[in-house]
Amino acid sequence: MDRQVFAYSVVSTGSFDDVGVVSTEIKRDLEEAGVEKDTVRRVAVICFEAEMNLALYTERGGNIQVVVEPDRVDIYVEDDGPGIEDVEKAMQPGYSTAPLWVHELGFGAGMGLPNMKENSDIFEIVSELGKGTKIHSVVFRRKEDAA
Amino acid sequence: MTLKEVAQTVEAEFLNLEDRADEEVNTACAADLLSDVLAMRGDAALLITGEAAPQVVRVADVMNIRAILYVRGKRPQKKDIIRWATQRGIVLLSTPLPTFEVCGRLYKAGMRCSECPEDEAA
Ligand SMILES: Nc1ncnc2c1ncn2[C@@H]1O[C@H](COP(=O)(O)OP(=O)(O)O)[C@@H](O)[C@H]1O
Ligand SMILES: [Mg+2]
Repeated sequence: MDRQVFAYSVVSTGSFDDVGVVSTEIKRDLEEAGVEKDTVRRVAVICFEAEMNLALYTERGGNIQVVVEPDRVDIYVEDDGPGIEDVEKAMQPGYSTAPLWVHELGFGAGMGLPNMKENSDIFEIVSELGKGTKIHSVVFRRKEDAA
Repeated sequence: MTLKEVAQTVEAEFLNLEDRADEEVNTACAADLLSDVLAMRGDAALLITGEAAPQVVRVADVMNIRAILYVRGKRPQKKDIIRWATQRGIVLLSTPLPTFEVCGRLYKAGMRCSECPEDEAA
């Protein structure tokens, strides 16, 4: 198989309890598609942070698409939420607008976007106030550590 | 060391999957901040945490963590979270002891830091 496309929608339910459910599903799907362990973990971490941001910062949620190719995995995250005023600032480790109750759940340290970038080989983010946010992340597959 | 030895060392009880008691776990990480767990390098077999929110089991799944040890008597409040962990093969343990004591005892018993590979020879 040359190219496999997986599509997921993250619904922002107002409750934070379900956060991570989609990412664990993505992990399972990639494992079943025969993607090697190290790549799966990197993609799953990127998706987890993305899923969390969709749940936290958008009213309705958004979409995550994962495209698996023989040499790479592309992740597309899209929402039509409030957008980010200063993307450069949001990318800085420690910058967060998460409310206190999120901190109490062990999240909201401002490490999400930096960690997504850290796990990506290519990371692009475009955001417009009032329109939404788009992220494109690429993880190159390294076959030598195949699962 | 085995999960059973972990449980004995820190006076923990199994919340599920007790049949995995003989499984070896030799690397651990301790964190309450889930963002820290998601930013971890290396694979930890065991997560020691004081955070019992439902998301913890999902972070563990994504990070290939095989067992979670809740400290200070904490445990997931919802049965379906324990069920979910069981389905995904994540062992849950709960100890009344606080994190520092738990880490000290486990380190003494041979458990090592998952992010400090140079330690493994020690
Ligand atoms: N999809 C999004 N829509 C709007 N704002 C976002 C989105 N994702 C991130 N942000 C903003 O960027 C900040 C930093 O995000 P992140 O690095 O994931 O850290 P954290 O989620 O811990 O705050 C957030 O606090 C929020 O203000
Ligand atoms: Mg975040």
